[in-house]
Amino acid sequence: MTDALEAQGLIKAFGGLTATDNLSLSVAPGEIHAVIGPNGAGKTTLVNLLSGMMRPDAGRILFNGGDITRMAAPARVKAGLARSYQITSIFRDFTVLENVMLSVQARQGHSFRFWKPVSRDTSLMDPARELLAQVGLGDRVDMRAGDLAYGEQRQLEIAISLATEPSFLLLDEPMAGMGPEESQKMIAFLRALKGDYTMLLIEHDMDAVFVLADRITVLVYGKVIASGAPEEIRNDPAVREAYLGDDDTEHENGEGPADA
Amino acid sequence: MPRHPRLHADHRPPNGLRNAMDYVLLTEQFLNGFQLGIILFLMAAGLTLVFGIMDLVNLAHGSMFMIGAFVGGTIAFVTGSFVLGVVLMVPAMLVIGMVVEVTTLRTLYPRDHLDQVLATFGLILFFNAATRLIWGLEGLVVPLPDYLDGIVSLGFGITYPVYRIVIIVIGLLVAFGLYLLVGKTKIGMLIRAGASNRTMAGALGVNIPKLFSIVFGIGAVLAGLAGLIITPITQAAIGMGEDVLILAFVVIVIGGIGSIRGAFIASIVTGVIDTLGRSFLDVVLLLFLPANAAESAGPAVSSMLIYILMAAILFFRPQGLFPPKGAG
Amino acid sequence: MGELGKPANIFTALVLVIFALTPIVAPALDESFYVIVFARFMIWGIAAVSLNLIMGYGGLISFGHAVYLGIGAYTVGILAFHGVTSAWIQWPLAIGVSGLVALVFGAISLRTKGVYFIMITLALAQMIYFLSVSAERYGSDDGLSILARSEFGVSFFSLNDKTTMYYTIFVFLLASVFVSWRLVNSRFGTVMRAAKSNDTRVQSIGVGTYRYRLTAFVIAGMMCGIAGLLQANLESFVSPDMMSWHRSGELIFMVVLGGMSTLFGPVTGAFVFLMLSEILAGLTIHWHIIFGPFLVLVVIFARGGIAGLLTRRADRD
Repeated sequence: MTDALEAQGLIKAFGGLTATDNLSLSVAPGEIHAVIGPNGAGKTTLVNLLSGMMRPDAGRILFNGGDITRMAAPARVKAGLARSYQITSIFRDFTVLENVMLSVQARQGHSFRFWKPVSRDTSLMDPARELLAQVGLGDRVDMRAGDLAYGEQRQLEIAISLATEPSFLLLDEPMAGMGPEESQKMIAFLRALKGDYTMLLIEHDMDAVFVLADRITVLVYGKVIASGAPEEIRNDPAVREAYLGDDDTEHENGEGPADA
Repeated sequence: MPRHPRLHADHRPPNGLRNAMDYVLLTEQFLNGFQLGIILFLMAAGLTLVFGIMDLVNLAHGSMFMIGAFVGGTIAFVTGSFVLGVVLMVPAMLVIGMVVEVTTLRTLYPRDHLDQVLATFGLILFFNAATRLIWGLEGLVVPLPDYLDGIVSLGFGITYPVYRIVIIVIGLLVAFGLYLLVGKTKIGMLIRAGASNRTMAGALGVNIPKLFSIVFGIGAVLAGLAGLIITPITQAAIGMGEDVLILAFVVIVIGGIGSIRGAFIASIVTGVIDTLGRSFLDVVLLLFLPANAAESAGPAVSSMLIYILMAAILFFRPQGLFPPKGAG
Repeated sequence: MGELGKPANIFTALVLVIFALTPIVAPALDESFYVIVFARFMIWGIAAVSLNLIMGYGGLISFGHAVYLGIGAYTVGILAFHGVTSAWIQWPLAIGVSGLVALVFGAISLRTKGVYFIMITLALAQMIYFLSVSAERYGSDDGLSILARSEFGVSFFSLNDKTTMYYTIFVFLLASVFVSWRLVNSRFGTVMRAAKSNDTRVQSIGVGTYRYRLTAFVIAGMMCGIAGLLQANLESFVSPDMMSWHRSGELIFMVVLGGMSTLFGPVTGAFVFLMLSEILAGLTIHWHIIFGPFLVLVVIFARGGIAGLLTRRADRD
């Protein structure tokens, strides 16, 4: 079976720093593939490369078997590859509903419609309301997005991506900055999505990763040092040395310069 | 709005068409363009430093050009010595620049570019009005001392005004001085650190406010110097710095914001292209167009030339020729 | 307190009533002079509304917006100079040329961001400014007098009638606000506003923002071109000064003063800015000595403009 997403020999350097170093990985349809690694491992750079926000210096990216290496970010979304951000990236001054409506609007085609107010456009509002109800933000629709609790903002972040009707989700640290209780909710939420979406999950939270992932890839300094089922990774000596044994792994705020 | 003669308008040959291909004229106009480039560089250097380090869009830099001309010109008039005017202008502008920085601009650093544009726009209105109040509407004529007011032969039948050569030499000396200051001294190291990474400079324990004041003062001195040394050719007028300011913007956009080297190269290129365009474009157009069309299109196209150049460069390199490091 | 009772809205209503009634009231008070003055204010209001569309709602700080005023006006002036006075030709052409220039300038400048965008829009506008200065045929620095106003070829409507002229401008002012309102709340406007607050996020839900921004830039240019063609008709005169960078700076100020990204903010902003200029200029020729620092203080202490100030007052009450 064709992989949902395949990266072949990706290289990306910033000045002298190689953030992604001959990186290859593949994600099978329907699975949750987690990417972990210490700060500065180049995880966010990987997301940026896969989502089209950056161009690799070398290598190829295949999506459902088609080469998307040169495809612009918006086109990738249209093809079904959506992403979320590590740093909450919602439209803070829009209402919760408007945030999701914008994605619905984007999915419906071009937005060169100049006259009809979106606030009367049921073809946008209805699907958006429905989705928000599904993700558990049904009673928050008219709130200003910036006023939501942090955990809810993270949920909205993912709802915005879901509303583009992707087949594949690139999730950049969905649990970033969350307390234990919020994290548990998010894990349950992602687990509910499993099966409907193929996911590449970048995550710091080890508990979440081992609960959710079917396969795990470990990055260190932009290189893959191990890849396999959670049990294999847990017992891999190289991983333990490079990463799991390291007490500094619980940082919650960003990585290194590679994430800029 | 009072208008003033453009920086080079007086030196346009009376009959560009007939003599145009004359190499003597070509050399002369090339030097004029170089000299305009020098003036632009003095403006652009301060502007690009202030922007690169403080992330401040400062329209009032054009006012420093004007104030330098009026203050220095007045000193020259009172003391009877142009050189003394230039020398005393330096501390005067340093103080004025630092006062402006401390009183107004400092509060604008954390603001967005829009606020900076608006506030410094307000400053321009103020400085123009204040200059008019003090010196009157007519402006100020600054005569050259006799020993600078001659023409010198450069060989091959080329003659050139001594004073314009002096401008070029002063400009090159300043450029070299800046190169040394930024490249070789401690303050230069701090400036470079600040330009590439503001927070890092702060972390190094540098007194950032003081550094900013000094850099701003230096920028004001350079702008004032540019305004003063061009004044014997043009005369000092209200708003004289504004056209130069916009040209300097073009220069730093072409050169890449924050880059002194980019500012220098782009200044000279802009000065030369602009000047040569004004002198010879009608001749070039004659190759394609009938005479009357060429003669009327010439000035129009030449006045747009550097902007077209800018647009073309940006089209291929949106960050300018020498983009700041780390902005890739 | 209801929406309509808010001080900012009361102030807006007041300005609109003044604009609406001036041709009726001013002559009665023997102050006919104000009819021309307020007509001028309203034209700047239209230009400011058009700038607000891209700056307030789209986050694009164009520092060369007055150039479209000039282009709209010069199109009318140059056509009239060559004997073409029909409004049916002049007006579409004026709007079309403004849009075309906006398309070219937008295509270049929108490739850049932030301060580069500010400087490039300024420089491109300056290019047209110098072009008009060097156009000897059309008066260069001295400007171009327009001998006949735009003609509609009908007996009941002539811009030579002062009241007709005035209310034509008034209607265009209201129309510009109405069009902004529709645009801003449409799908198109939603993308524009979203791109202002978070461009990359808009890209990552599958929308390439460049062409939306460019379209907004063109619409704003055309709208400002309308202000220009009205100005040419009102003053019967066009000159390079209309599009000097001072005018572009003042336009930005009007928008900010009234309150960015508010529908009527640019209108009240233009009113206050120009009224203050008139009053101060009446006091002394050195009025910029006061006005300049006033603008600086507005920026430093009154972010959000009049609308913001009035709203804050109301919130405190």
